[in-house]
Amino acid sequence: MTEENGAPGADGQEPSRRDFIYIAAGGVAAVGGGLVAWPFIDQMNPAADTLALGSIRVDVSVVPVGSEITVMWRGGPVFIRHRTEEEIAEARAVELDALPDEDARNDNLPAGTPGTDANRVLRPEFLIVKGNCTHLGCVPLGLSANTGDYDGWYCPCHGSHYDTSARIRRGPAPENLPVPDYYFEGGDESMLVKIGLSPDEASNSGWAVS
Amino acid sequence: MSGPSTYKPGTGIEKWLDDRLPIIRLGYDSFVDFPTPRNLNYWWTFGGILAIFLMIQIVSGIVLAMHYVAHEDYAFDSVQRITRDVPFGWLIQSMHANGASFFFVAVYLHMFRGLYYGSYKAPREILWILGVVIYLLMMATGFMGYVLPWGQMSYWGAMVITNLIGALPFIGDALREWLWGGFSVGQATLNRFFSLHYLLPFVIAAVVGLHIWALHVPGNGNPVGLEVKTKKDTLPFHPYYTVKDGFAIIVYLMVFAVFVFFLPTVLGHADNYIEADPLVTPAHIVPEWYYLPFYAILRAITFDIGPIDAKLGGVLAMFGAIGILFVLPWLDTSKVRSMRYRPLTRWFFIFFVAGALGLGWCGAKNPDDFVLGIEGFKFLYLGQFLTFYYFAYFIVILPLMGIIEKPKERPASIEAAVLGSDKA
Repeated sequence: MTEENGAPGADGQEPSRRDFIYIAAGGVAAVGGGLVAWPFIDQMNPAADTLALGSIRVDVSVVPVGSEITVMWRGGPVFIRHRTEEEIAEARAVELDALPDEDARNDNLPAGTPGTDANRVLRPEFLIVKGNCTHLGCVPLGLSANTGDYDGWYCPCHGSHYDTSARIRRGPAPENLPVPDYYFEGGDESMLVKIGLSPDEASNSGWAVS
Repeated sequence: MSGPSTYKPGTGIEKWLDDRLPIIRLGYDSFVDFPTPRNLNYWWTFGGILAIFLMIQIVSGIVLAMHYVAHEDYAFDSVQRITRDVPFGWLIQSMHANGASFFFVAVYLHMFRGLYYGSYKAPREILWILGVVIYLLMMATGFMGYVLPWGQMSYWGAMVITNLIGALPFIGDALREWLWGGFSVGQATLNRFFSLHYLLPFVIAAVVGLHIWALHVPGNGNPVGLEVKTKKDTLPFHPYYTVKDGFAIIVYLMVFAVFVFFLPTVLGHADNYIEADPLVTPAHIVPEWYYLPFYAILRAITFDIGPIDAKLGGVLAMFGAIGILFVLPWLDTSKVRSMRYRPLTRWFFIFFVAGALGLGWCGAKNPDDFVLGIEGFKFLYLGQFLTFYYFAYFIVILPLMGIIEKPKERPASIEAAVLGSDKA
């Protein structure tokens, strides 16, 4: 006597109702498990208040030509260097194919933008970059201690040299120091830099690929 | 457990309990009448020592957690307060910090014991793999624990290691941010590391339970590497090995006490007595000594390998150095367990131990410094050579030696090895 809802799966037989129930129950359990797991994984991501602390304002008029300051942004350092004419000229003279990393690494511009100096600054005299070495995150030394072989920054941990556009030139670091999203708040005359922009501000920041 | 149970409940209460929860029987069969090879030497005592140190770390750690504050503004001060103001805090903090080092000393000796005497070979593969899992968990626990005092080395060690995650292609950056819970190592990172540092030792304890279970199925290996054949090959665990382990534990604890009481900070790093500063990197970041060999392997890969850049290559080599231990039982093709009877491989093993220590030396030094001041001979090159040898030992030497080496003659049995002559 064959039973419609009997034991599943003897060879060649049609799937029974029990087979269907097994698969359906297993599927629901798998999806349910995933749904429960997701909040427990996602809670590790930056919280809303952490994200909200994401912008600062800096008055760069306090930085004389030929010097630099380090400010804290999002828990890490940001370098602001007021570059001399020589430093700017040095950065602009570099051919693109002399760079280990040819990407501008500029959060204000699309990925893949060529890493010319012009694509890394909003105003040539102010270079603003995140200050963690792209190798393992140490803070490179700058004007106050050691500018390395390319007059920019030198990372003491594993010997990465950055140039006057904060681009990696030699050493283990794989990428240029990234440019955070920033603009000069209040237009062309302003010396007030806002780092960390809302989408609205980002669309009016004045950045363009050159 | 191996063999039928010999437990006889002595009293009415024991009989009553044994019919309901035979827990005394389990303890008796595992640690009293457990048949143990009669020829175990002192290298076999480190299992017991490790069990003691797991307990020391858990007990001292729970106490420290009662006084510690997992906040980036207070963590450093709270640890200083523990060592200065909390009654006996100086003792308990010292036990915990030095206990980690002694835990790792014991685990390395335990692992070298396993490598020398072939403890990973059939039928003990699972036992070995569980041991590697415990070791990995210890590494993770130790790393997160070192972050908690929130000194400069805590912070920058965490920075360097978490940045390694960023080397992974595609998901690296998102994964790193997920781990940090922010845009850098910070409050969220510290808080979750505290939570996990409290959790993982209990996970370790659970895996230790499995490790002992897997040990008690085939029973202990032994220095001659022969299986137990008759009862004459064995002694009951108690009193023979409870006393032997106990003696070793006491000697080890005496050395531990010297450090706890008289050299409490000698294994630490001076920079970790400076509070974490995200804007200033110490001149020379070094991890705790027990990670140094792997740190040297990480830094040895300074060249791109095909599509893998140097940074990712270093990360893969470092994790590969531990990962390869998982497949060791299948890489060593020799049927002979003990290196005593493997005249060639024994030398390769001795070089392997020397190489591992040498890697630790390289990890502590600046890669561009010269070894022993020899002009041009950078620590980087030594590290690269020793990294090569580390992997060659597992991938080339052990598989090959099983085929070409002629082992020495082995004794007929464990009993013969012990009672036949002093030199087995």
